[in-house]
Amino acid sequence: MYALPAAAAPPPRRQVLVGTALASMATIMLVGGMLAIWILQRERARDAGGTWLPEGTTIPEVPANVMLIGVWSLCVFAQWAVYSARRADRAHTALALGIVGLMTLALINAQAYVYAQMELPIADGGYAGMFYAITGTMVALFVVGLVFSAISAFRFLGGRIADREIIAANALYWYVLATVFSAVWLIVYVAK
Amino acid sequence: MSTTDIAPDTVANATLTESSVTTREPGATAALAMWITSSDSKVIGRTFVGASFLALVACAVLGVLLGLERVDGSDTLLDASAIPQMFAAFRIGLVWGVMIPFLLGVAIAIVPLQVGARSLAFPRLALAGFWAWFAGLVLVVISLAANGGPGGGDADFVDLFLAAHGLLVCGLAAAAVSVATTVLATRAPGLRMSRVPFFAWSAMIASIGLLLVLPVVLGVLIYLYVDHHNARALFGGNVGIGSWIGFALTQPATYLFAVPAVGLTAELVPVTFRKRMPLRVAVYTGISLVGIAALSAVTQQADHDLPWSGSGLSVDDFGNKFDDMLPYALFTLVPILGVVMVMFLGAVAARPASDAEAWVRPRITAAFVFAFFGLGMLLVGMLGGALVPITDLGLQGTVFEEGVVVYVAYGTALAGLGAVAYWSPKWTGKLIPDKPLFGLATLGMVATVLAALPYYVAGFADQPAASGVYDYDGPSGLWNTLVTIGHALMAVVVLAFIGLWLRSSRSSGDDAGDDPWGGQTLEWLTTSPAPTDNFLEVPTVMSPEPVLDLLGAEHADRGRSAR
Repeated sequence: MYALPAAAAPPPRRQVLVGTALASMATIMLVGGMLAIWILQRERARDAGGTWLPEGTTIPEVPANVMLIGVWSLCVFAQWAVYSARRADRAHTALALGIVGLMTLALINAQAYVYAQMELPIADGGYAGMFYAITGTMVALFVVGLVFSAISAFRFLGGRIADREIIAANALYWYVLATVFSAVWLIVYVAK
Repeated sequence: MSTTDIAPDTVANATLTESSVTTREPGATAALAMWITSSDSKVIGRTFVGASFLALVACAVLGVLLGLERVDGSDTLLDASAIPQMFAAFRIGLVWGVMIPFLLGVAIAIVPLQVGARSLAFPRLALAGFWAWFAGLVLVVISLAANGGPGGGDADFVDLFLAAHGLLVCGLAAAAVSVATTVLATRAPGLRMSRVPFFAWSAMIASIGLLLVLPVVLGVLIYLYVDHHNARALFGGNVGIGSWIGFALTQPATYLFAVPAVGLTAELVPVTFRKRMPLRVAVYTGISLVGIAALSAVTQQADHDLPWSGSGLSVDDFGNKFDDMLPYALFTLVPILGVVMVMFLGAVAARPASDAEAWVRPRITAAFVFAFFGLGMLLVGMLGGALVPITDLGLQGTVFEEGVVVYVAYGTALAGLGAVAYWSPKWTGKLIPDKPLFGLATLGMVATVLAALPYYVAGFADQPAASGVYDYDGPSGLWNTLVTIGHALMAVVVLAFIGLWLRSSRSSGDDAGDDPWGGQTLEWLTTSPAPTDNFLEVPTVMSPEPVLDLLGAEHADRGRSAR
C-alpha cells in the first residue's frame, strides 16, 4: 500500500489550554449545580414556613466582600503573568505568579476567618452543612488554582520560557474561578 | 508550546536502533509496574475495558440473583436486608461500572489512532482517572456489601459509599478530559473537525457531555456526604440518597453514556458496505442529538410527568402542557431522533447508488453485527424510556424502568464488544475469529431481549421496581424466569468473548495485518498492533477517508503504468 505523505510537524494545538477550558467548564457545572440545590433547599425551607439562616447566625460580609475583590484582583496578576511571559520576562512573570499564589493564600485565610467569626457548628442543622459544603468546595478549587499557579511558575522558572500556554491556561482558570466565586458571593453571602 | 505527554520509553525507543539494543523480557514485578504506570493509551484503554468486562459479568450475575429472588414474588431466597443494596449495586454497576468506562476505555485506546495523534492528550491524567474510578468502584462495592449505600443501615459505610462514589466520578471526569482534548487538540494536519471519524466524534460528544454531568453529580454527592455525616437534616439521610443521585443512573441521562455506541455503528456502516459515507454532516448531527440527553442530567430531572388525559390540547391549557411537553420532547424524543437519523443514513449508505455499486458485496463482520444489535437494543430501550414519563400509563416505579435501563446498558455493552472485536488488531495484532463471534453477537442480542423485554410486560402489570414482593395476575413467574435466563446468558456471552479474545491474542497464528477490514480511517495506516507512539510519521489527511484516498492513488498509478 502507498503511504500518505509525511506531514510537517503538527502546529501547536494548545492542549493545555483546551484541557483547562474543559476543566473550567466542569468547575462551572460543579459550583452551578451546588448553587442550584442551595436555592432549591432555601425555597423549600421558606415555603415550609421555617427560617433558612439559623437564628443568631451572622455571616460576616466584610471578609466575603474582600474575597470577591481579591479574587478579581488576582486575575489581573494572572493576566500580568501572561503579558510578561509573552515578552519572555522571567522576573515579572515570577513576580506576578508569586503574587497570585500569595493572594490565593489570603483568600483561603479570609475563608477561614469567615468560619471562625460565624462560630457555626457544622452539625447545626441543614444550613450549616450546606454552607460548609459549598464554601469548602470553593476553598478546594482555590487550592487547585494555587497548585496550578505553582506548577506554571516552576515550569517557567525552570527554563521552559517558550511554554507560555500553561501561563495562559492558569489565567483562564482564575477568570473562571473569579466568575464562579462571584455567583457564590451573590447567592450564599448576599442573598443568603 | 504544545505540551505533549509522551511516555519516556517512547523517546528512548525512538533514539535507539534495534541492533544496538539487547532486548530482555522484564520480570513479572517489572511488567506489572510497567502496566500499572503505563502512559500508553492502548494499555490504559485496555485496562478500562478489562475492568468493565469484570463489572459487566458481576452485574449479570447480580441480575441472575435478583431475577431468582423475584421468580415467585415472595422475597424468600435472599436476605431481605441485603436486597436494596443489591438493587443499588446492579444499577450503579451497569451505569458507572459498565456503560461509561467500557466505551471511554475504547475511546482512550482508539481515538488517538483515529485522529493521527502520537499520544493521548494528558495520558497520565487518564491513567490517574482509571485508578480513581477503579478504587472508587471497589469501595462502592465494599460499602454496599457492608450495609452502606442508599438506605443502608451502617452510617460509616454510607459515608464511605458517598465518598467512594465521588472518587469514581472524579476518575471518569479525568478520563473524559483526556478524550475530549485529544479530539479537539491533537488531530493530524488536514484532519478538520468535518473529517473526524464518527467514533472519535461520538467519543468527543460523550466526553464533553460527561464533563457537564459528572460535576453536577459530584456537587450532589458533596452535599449528601456533609449532610449525612453531620446533621442529616435536608437530604433525607441514607434513604434520600437514591432520589438525589438517581437522575444520573436512569433514562434519559443514560442515553448520553451510550453515544459512542451510536458513533461506532456509523463508523462501521461505510466499512461494511465498502463506500464513503454520504451526508457526513447529518451523521454528525444525529450523533450529537443523542448527546442532548446530557441536558436532562444537568437539570437533574429524572423524569417529566406528561399529563395524558386523552382529551387533546385546548387553547386554555396549551401553555401548561407545553411546559411539560418541551422538556419531554427535548430530553426523551430528540435522542431517539438522533439514533433514527444515524440508522436511516446508514440504510441510505448501504443501498447501492448505481448498478456498478450493486456488484460490490458488503462485508458483514461480527463487529458490525454486534454494533448493529447494540444500536437496535439501545433504540428499543429509548422507545421504552419515552413511555415512562406518561403518567397515565402508570409505569413509573415499576420494573418497566429496569427493563429500559437493561436495554440501554446491555445494548451499549454489545456495541462495546463489537468495538473490541473491530479494533482488536490494533491492540493485540490478532483477529478474534469471526465465526464464533457471530454466534455470540446473536446470543448477546437474545440475552438482552430476555433480560429486558419481560419487564416491559411486567411493568404494565404493575410489578414494582427494586422489590422481590409483588402480586399481579398473569404469568409473573414466567417473566421473571425469562429475565433470570437473559442475565445468565449475558454472563456467558461476556465470559466466552473474553476467552476468545485472550485465546486469539496469545495464539501464534497469522497476524491480522495492518488493515484486515478494509477500514477507511487513519488507525488502519499504522501497524497492527499499533506501536507505543502510534505512527512513525504523522500523516497528512485530505479527506474523511484517508485510506480510500491512498487506494485511489494506487489504482490510478497502476492504470498509468499499464498504459
